[in-house]
Amino acid sequence: MELWIACAIGGLVFCGVYLILRARTFPVALGLTLLSYAINIFLFSMGRLKTGQPAVIGTSASYTDPVPQALVLTAIVIGFAMTAFLLILSLRAYVILGTDHVDGSEKNKQEAP
Amino acid sequence: MSHLIVVPFILPLMIGALLSWVKDERISLQRNISLAASLALLVVALLLLSMAEQGGIQVYSMGNWHAPFGIVLVLDRLSALLLATTAMLALWVNFYALAGDDQRGRNFHALFQFQLAGINGAFLTGDLFNLFVCFEILLIASYALLLHGLGAERLRSAVHYVILNLVGSSLFLLGAGLFYGVAGTLNMADLARFVAQAQGDERYLLQAAGWVLLLVFGLKAAFLPLHFWLPRAYASATAPVAALFAIMTKVGLYAILRMTTLVFGGQTGAAAGFGLDVLFVIALLTMMLGALGAFAAGTLHSMLAYLVLVSVGTLLAGISMGSEAALTASLYYLLHSTWGIAGLFLLADLIAKQRGKLKGIFRTGAPLLTPARMGALFFVGAVSTAGLPPFSGFVGKLSLLQAAQGMQQGFLWVTVLLASLVVLLALSRAGSVLFWQHTGAIDEHARFSTPAFVSAVALIGSGVLLVIFAEPVLAFCQASAQQLLQSELYLQQLAGE
Repeated sequence: MELWIACAIGGLVFCGVYLILRARTFPVALGLTLLSYAINIFLFSMGRLKTGQPAVIGTSASYTDPVPQALVLTAIVIGFAMTAFLLILSLRAYVILGTDHVDGSEKNKQEAP
Repeated sequence: MSHLIVVPFILPLMIGALLSWVKDERISLQRNISLAASLALLVVALLLLSMAEQGGIQVYSMGNWHAPFGIVLVLDRLSALLLATTAMLALWVNFYALAGDDQRGRNFHALFQFQLAGINGAFLTGDLFNLFVCFEILLIASYALLLHGLGAERLRSAVHYVILNLVGSSLFLLGAGLFYGVAGTLNMADLARFVAQAQGDERYLLQAAGWVLLLVFGLKAAFLPLHFWLPRAYASATAPVAALFAIMTKVGLYAILRMTTLVFGGQTGAAAGFGLDVLFVIALLTMMLGALGAFAAGTLHSMLAYLVLVSVGTLLAGISMGSEAALTASLYYLLHSTWGIAGLFLLADLIAKQRGKLKGIFRTGAPLLTPARMGALFFVGAVSTAGLPPFSGFVGKLSLLQAAQGMQQGFLWVTVLLASLVVLLALSRAGSVLFWQHTGAIDEHARFSTPAFVSAVALIGSGVLLVIFAEPVLAFCQASAQQLLQSELYLQQLAGE
């Protein structure tokens, strides 16, 4: 199970970084979302991976660590708010600046040979 | 356990929430509440300062859950000092905004208070994950504040700023997660104990987590090569926002200081030989680059933004030297640079308002409406920032230079003096273009606002006060540095609670 989770995190990070480097606001927003998914799964797995165990101490012989679950919950809420803000900001920038490049202009592209 | 400790975090948070319910049409009500809250914050911060002065380190357990299981706020001399610095800055910036800048967009006062809540929370928390949450509070408020007043240039810099900080937040979680995965705790004092005892593979994992966090804090503090967002963002922000942001880079530096003196403060385990040498080199490079940037800048605002980089480099140099004398000098320099740069940002805005379309661009233009007042204040601010006697910059830089030892001495002296020279040249060029070279008549839209000018005078004038009261201030800074370096006391205090 650990191997699969690790591969999944790696894949998500790979896609996230690739999309962020696209330098267009919509792919960047998607990339950041993928990156934060990867981080969330990573945080979750930092409490060690177990299946079918309660996150409560004392009800059974073994239990899963509840702290990372609480951390992930907080991280998800914050990440959601930040993504919403980024999307609104990107739309505003596209309308006012007339481009979806993260630099706010297409100049670099034209100068390239 | 005094409940006063939690007030600097709770008060702005509640006032911010309250202010977001007050409609923007009732601006005078908003202004009164906001100014009263900033005043109250200053009073609380000063009370906490005297509390920290008297009785060691104070711990506040949220909901009475004790560390390391509960969340704690910790008040030591360093956090009290930074709270007071922030509160003083916030009061004058708030006062400046009342001159009209708060009406250039919506919800300025609510966002301002949320930003303060985040900053104060970051200074108080004794828990890594809560540090993350406070960072996010101050960041999301800063995103909106950076956009205050809108306009193409602000949007451009905000897109960069927001995306970079979102990546930074992800990395922060990665670092915090690694720490939890290895040590099973997020309380900074508990982490420190674990780090000092770590063996084998755990050592490398903990150091990796430490480096990831240093990267994140470096992004906030804007040292080389993570500084690219800063000049553009600070130069394009509205004046009160840019002035408030003067404390933002210090939040990153504060976190670095906590990392190097507390979490990796020991001499054994994973803490041995962590990071300081690398940080020293980075600090010198940042200082030099900031000075050159200031020299090359084409507008007053972007020159000031590069001066922020110079101060970040200087502070980081002090932190990375790590001795008691160096930390004392850094803390003193932190007070000086925060208030001084913030005051200059406010002054730059006042100057720009009198130069018509040219604003802060360094080009011959219309004469100023009130050249004598502006010029005199600019002169004081410039002399203080460049580090010439008799103002506070001189005292700060001198004590930093005296603190250097061994190999570091040569490198630090050369870099600091060279950077100061370049900054001095840049500031003199700016001053002569702005105040001496002019053509034509005074711009007809030029105006002068006394309350706004008073705020700038108060912040830049702090450079004079810091010299007059240099002895008690330096004594407090030294006591803070001592307390920081005796991290065993911090650990005992948390264990005892």
